[in-house]
Amino acid sequence: MSTFKKITEADITHFKSILNDSVITSDLELYNNDWMNKYKGNSSVVLRPKTTEQVSQVMKYCFKENIAVVPQGGNTGLVGGSVPVNDEVILSTQLMNNIRDFDHVSGILNADAGCILETLDNWLQERGYIMPLDLGAKGSCHIGGNVATNAGGIRLLRYGSLHGTVLSLEVVLPDGTIMQLGKPLRKDNTGYDLKQLFIGSEGTLGIITGVSILTPPKPQSVTVALFGLDSYEKVLEAFKASKKNLGEIMSAFEFFDQPSLDLVKKHLGLRDPFEGQSPFYCLIETQGMNKEHDDQKIEKLIENLMENEIVSDGVLAMDQSQQTHFWKIREGIPEACAKEGGMYKYDLSVPVSQLYEVVLNMRQHLREKGLYHPEKEAPITNVVGFGHVGDGNLHLNILSTGRTKELEEAIEPYVYELTRSYEGSISAEHGLGLMKAPYLEYSKDIEFINYMKMIKKVFDPKGILNPYKYLPQ
Amino acid sequence: MVRILVPVKRVIDYAVKIRVTGGKVETANVKHSMNPFDEIAVEEAIRLKEKKVAKEVIALTIGPMKSQETLRTALALGADKAVHIEVPENQEVQPLQIAKLLKAYTEKTKPDLVFLGKQAIDDDSNQTGQMLAGLLKWPQATFASKLEVGGDKITVTREIDGGLETLESKIPAVMTVDLRLNTPRFATLPNIMKAKKKPIEKIAAKDLGVDITPTLETVSVSEPPARVGGGKVASVDEVSTLNLS
Repeated sequence: MSTFKKITEADITHFKSILNDSVITSDLELYNNDWMNKYKGNSSVVLRPKTTEQVSQVMKYCFKENIAVVPQGGNTGLVGGSVPVNDEVILSTQLMNNIRDFDHVSGILNADAGCILETLDNWLQERGYIMPLDLGAKGSCHIGGNVATNAGGIRLLRYGSLHGTVLSLEVVLPDGTIMQLGKPLRKDNTGYDLKQLFIGSEGTLGIITGVSILTPPKPQSVTVALFGLDSYEKVLEAFKASKKNLGEIMSAFEFFDQPSLDLVKKHLGLRDPFEGQSPFYCLIETQGMNKEHDDQKIEKLIENLMENEIVSDGVLAMDQSQQTHFWKIREGIPEACAKEGGMYKYDLSVPVSQLYEVVLNMRQHLREKGLYHPEKEAPITNVVGFGHVGDGNLHLNILSTGRTKELEEAIEPYVYELTRSYEGSISAEHGLGLMKAPYLEYSKDIEFINYMKMIKKVFDPKGILNPYKYLPQ
Repeated sequence: MVRILVPVKRVIDYAVKIRVTGGKVETANVKHSMNPFDEIAVEEAIRLKEKKVAKEVIALTIGPMKSQETLRTALALGADKAVHIEVPENQEVQPLQIAKLLKAYTEKTKPDLVFLGKQAIDDDSNQTGQMLAGLLKWPQATFASKLEVGGDKITVTREIDGGLETLESKIPAVMTVDLRLNTPRFATLPNIMKAKKKPIEKIAAKDLGVDITPTLETVSVSEPPARVGGGKVASVDEVSTLNLS
């Protein structure tokens, strides 16, 4: 099936000579299997370069020999984009983890692509800055992978997307050419902004080896609150009230439903901050530079939410460990879901006002198929919704006792058709990888897809970089 | 029903990494919260109110303007009123002076019980409750992990090195609380709203007739020595060649 060269001992010897022996050929499960243990590759060799020059030499060789390569960062992706489909060579950025430099005045950070997000954040915090993005995988994901997948996360609401905060990239093209895409400058209108193509390209156009990113100052005052609400409409009203009362200090607005909280309590044993139950919850975070000023705004918001009966319950974190606790509840939902057994995860963008309709629609659809019943035993045990409601991004998890063909066919492509009916995106932030590439037509029309294929051919004429993914075959 | 006084302290949040620069702990722009043991003391007092054993819970703090944040937390947890004994910004007030201020306030307002955290997490002194009891000539029950109040007596179980010790004491009494006494509640929105209407009484330290000049001098403050990295050796034999002192 594969048109690529099968790796030989001679190839491995050559790689070893380029990489000073930084090559692994046994015990490769962690590299071959993705985080969810859903996608399993069959590579026999993992390359671990330390410098951009080494990456370039590796790619020059692979280009010449027609060897397929899968670039891999922290391997925390959720759509099977970071592991081989067959026996493609894995090129890991694990050892490329130097912080190159940092400008204390502008906040511009220059780092190797293999730096772990949390490490960068901790390093910046000691200097009065933070990374402009934050996500559950922060302890493992690499900044290069974040850029390659245009990762979103919980602070996108406040700091914007990587398309805005990344100032320049150092990349290695499939033929080994090292290219600087842009400069570490805040403003630079000198030609086609090629780095934007690479942001979110999921390792199909080139390998990101260096990232220059604009970092915001570290907030002096952080508040976290959890609210219980009676309906999704109230969640929307809470969002409007938050924008109005908090303004620029709002840094996150997340929501989750009652079943999500129940799962977190069941599987992670986290203490429920509420006395009663509500059908919906939202987590609001503020970040600012002046505690008194922020406290005043939060007080106004709480007054507003209570007087207008927008929330029925709520708690405010009184110290840092309570703040961490509230975030653990929200960020623990994916893990709690995974512990139920079989899970089908969807990451969709639809208009904010209609977000929860998707969850209700899926429940109804699966019920009609006889696969789900809220009170009786059924193959599907739960359909939960949570996510970055402020960004219009729904995480829909369908939980079952096990993954079966019947369930998969009942869910897909229905969920994608449903998303298309809202003119939404079938992948808000997780990307396409292997999982969603076949369904790209549900979010992009044929013309667009053809242009994407042409661009792929420009950068990767032999198609050796992360094949079988991203674009429909 | 008893009236309970709960002194609370504003300290650097226990989740924050402490930094020492120029021989002083950095406090500027660092997150502060109520001393965790004081939270437990407040919680216990409020539970007694809910059981209708206590009729009033008064939170009190000694510190500069910023300390009022901690009083607001206590009110949001359910305290009825708050008292702020104000001292100048950057004025150090040590446990003995705190105890003397609390003695003066207690003699003025006559609460039946005083609950304190066993120690503050910044100085770890573990002295204020004990010294207060001594100055007042009241009985003291420290490191409480269980409390029962009945009639004119309190029964306190204390955690000691050998196990648990149970004491009985007449009221009035001083009690310091330990970790396992209770798990404090979260501050709920309705209580936060109610707290805004509760009174905060301000008193100047000198009005209580106490000299707050520190009587102990801090000679030096430093961070613990940095952890030296470990290393890997190739074999067991190599371990014996290392100098592990």
